[in-house]
Amino acid sequence: MPEYQNLFTRVQVRGPTPYPGTPMGEGQLLVGNSTREMRGGFVHLFGRIGDAQIGPVYLGTLGVLSLIFGFIAIEIIGLNMLASVNWDVVQFVRQLFWLALEPPSAEYGLRIPPLREGGWWIVAGFCLTVSILLWWARTYRRARALGMGTHVAWAFAAAIWLYLVLGFIRPVLMGSWSEAVPFGIFPHLDWTAAFSIRYGNLFYNPFHALSIVFLYGSTLLFAMHGATILALGRYGGEREIELVLDRGTAAERGALFWRWCMGFNASFESIHRWAWWFAVLCPLTGGIGILLTGTVVDNWYLWAVERHFAPAYPQLWAPVIDPALTTGAPR
Amino acid sequence: MSLTARVGLVFAAALCVVIVLMTFERPPVSTSQQGFRGVAMEQVVNPRTQAVRLAANRIPEAPEAADTEGEKAREIYENVQVLGELSVAQFGRIMAAMTEWIAPEQGCAYCHNVENLASDEVYTKVVSRRMLQMTRHINADWTPHVGTTGVTCYTCHRGRPVPAEVWASVPLPHNGLQASRGQNHPAAVANDSSLPGEPFTPFLLQDNEIRVISTASGPGTNPANTMQAEWTYALMMHMSEGLGVNCTFCHNSRSFANWSTSPPARLNAWHGIRMVRDLNNNYVVPLTPLWVANPRGPAEGPHMPRLGVAGDALKVNCATCHQGANRPFYGAPMLQDYPELGLVSEAPLRAASAVPR
Repeated sequence: MPEYQNLFTRVQVRGPTPYPGTPMGEGQLLVGNSTREMRGGFVHLFGRIGDAQIGPVYLGTLGVLSLIFGFIAIEIIGLNMLASVNWDVVQFVRQLFWLALEPPSAEYGLRIPPLREGGWWIVAGFCLTVSILLWWARTYRRARALGMGTHVAWAFAAAIWLYLVLGFIRPVLMGSWSEAVPFGIFPHLDWTAAFSIRYGNLFYNPFHALSIVFLYGSTLLFAMHGATILALGRYGGEREIELVLDRGTAAERGALFWRWCMGFNASFESIHRWAWWFAVLCPLTGGIGILLTGTVVDNWYLWAVERHFAPAYPQLWAPVIDPALTTGAPR
Repeated sequence: MSLTARVGLVFAAALCVVIVLMTFERPPVSTSQQGFRGVAMEQVVNPRTQAVRLAANRIPEAPEAADTEGEKAREIYENVQVLGELSVAQFGRIMAAMTEWIAPEQGCAYCHNVENLASDEVYTKVVSRRMLQMTRHINADWTPHVGTTGVTCYTCHRGRPVPAEVWASVPLPHNGLQASRGQNHPAAVANDSSLPGEPFTPFLLQDNEIRVISTASGPGTNPANTMQAEWTYALMMHMSEGLGVNCTFCHNSRSFANWSTSPPARLNAWHGIRMVRDLNNNYVVPLTPLWVANPRGPAEGPHMPRLGVAGDALKVNCATCHQGANRPFYGAPMLQDYPELGLVSEAPLRAASAVPR
């Protein structure tokens, strides 16, 4: 006799044919809801981590355009990387994590440089941005078409804000594309470290600190919430939204657990707002921190010292004097 | 469990094992505190790699001291230009030591025509004259970096005709879809990062500004950008690798730029960068014509490249002397056993000897 468990379902619940989705009625066609395309099917492995059903997929104009622009962007980045190893496919694979498409150098300011000197970066960045914005519009319109709220679209918009600050808004304010991030796996990480070094240690940027709070806070809330619901599964705790309206034994046990442990509990409704805001505030505050760097504050350590935000520590050796200040010192 | 799931799991497990084995350093790794508690001023050392470094940084036993009395080398031998003030015994001692330090396999013939030791026809003899003057210059004029410990030929050469750690410029391709920036490939000198792979030409040959961090909290005073910071970063990674130390050996963990809170070692390093620049420009690069004439070394060998791929000289960086130790030979005072190196004449060499005969 198969048993149903909500933790990594050992039994995959599936109907005789893929479910086409909630019927929406003719009126919904006006807001972009169309007849369901691509009937879909079942994949066992997907069923082990989520729903086994694949599809129906909605592509639509926005989706198709987004994929085309995204493909162009990835293609430009990839071909530039391949060119940087002299079209050697073996080296492309071996060095893939190191390769990059760099933005124009500082001498070009905000002008459009020759393609090989950063122009491709602008083209790729434009296509990627168009692709991302179209995908955002798609998440908005799909949610509306189903009569949902648009929380997913606005959470995605928070991430797009950080992306735009790094690659567009801040470089424009600084007057140079060279301040933008390169496309590349290790190169964008090395850029991040160099960025923090150039601007005097980003750890003293309070918005960077806030962003970390929300990042780590998100993981903490995610762990606490996920664990609570899994632990309440035996009492039907995964039916969270119903428990918001009608608190059953699962909700009462979960709430009492947290009150026992820390005196306070989020409600089945509020925990989702907590999680959404923590996740959304992470890139929002991070974007503000990046935006202020170089435009308002050039050295975060000195900024923090001036505002008594960076503590002074006892020094274990005699202060060192900058040798470049000595007259006649070599450069 | 289905077959596909089994295969998938085995593959994922194998991938995890490969990632762990290829990227992680096996413990133990020891940490020692350098500064005030809680501010991450510490040095991280792996005892296993440290043991290898300690073994590789031993100085050879010094031969018995030579008699300083008696006739001077310049009175006995012909064509002695830089070691003339040495006694004959000292002269013989330093010649024997240099043979052991630089060409133990080739012996005297590496620099000398054994039929006529006074001849300058082997170009390596002309090079070694200038190198002796360089050693003297370092010990006499760069005490802010080398202190009283000083250097000998062996500090860099360690039994090799060409020191193990040298650099040459990397020619960048001038055509193609993407203009090369000298970065975004595995950079051996910068801990295999994607940082610039040859940060030496701008900083250890030319005197481009290394400092990129602002000295004021507000904008408007510092034209350096993030891209420049990557070049400085690459140079600093070379110093870290070449000296076997972490950033906080020289820098404060809170502010890389701030001098007053930096460990004193930063002062030594600052002078070291200027010293290396001086050596490259005034001693190594001017010898380039000799290496161009003998790009594979002297006729008798050993045949190994004496020039970089771009045809420039093999030059000095921090690792040339340090070779993974924060002080060469971990501070063992080798120079004190070789007073001969303090008698090298820094007078200009006779013009005829500057070109191979």
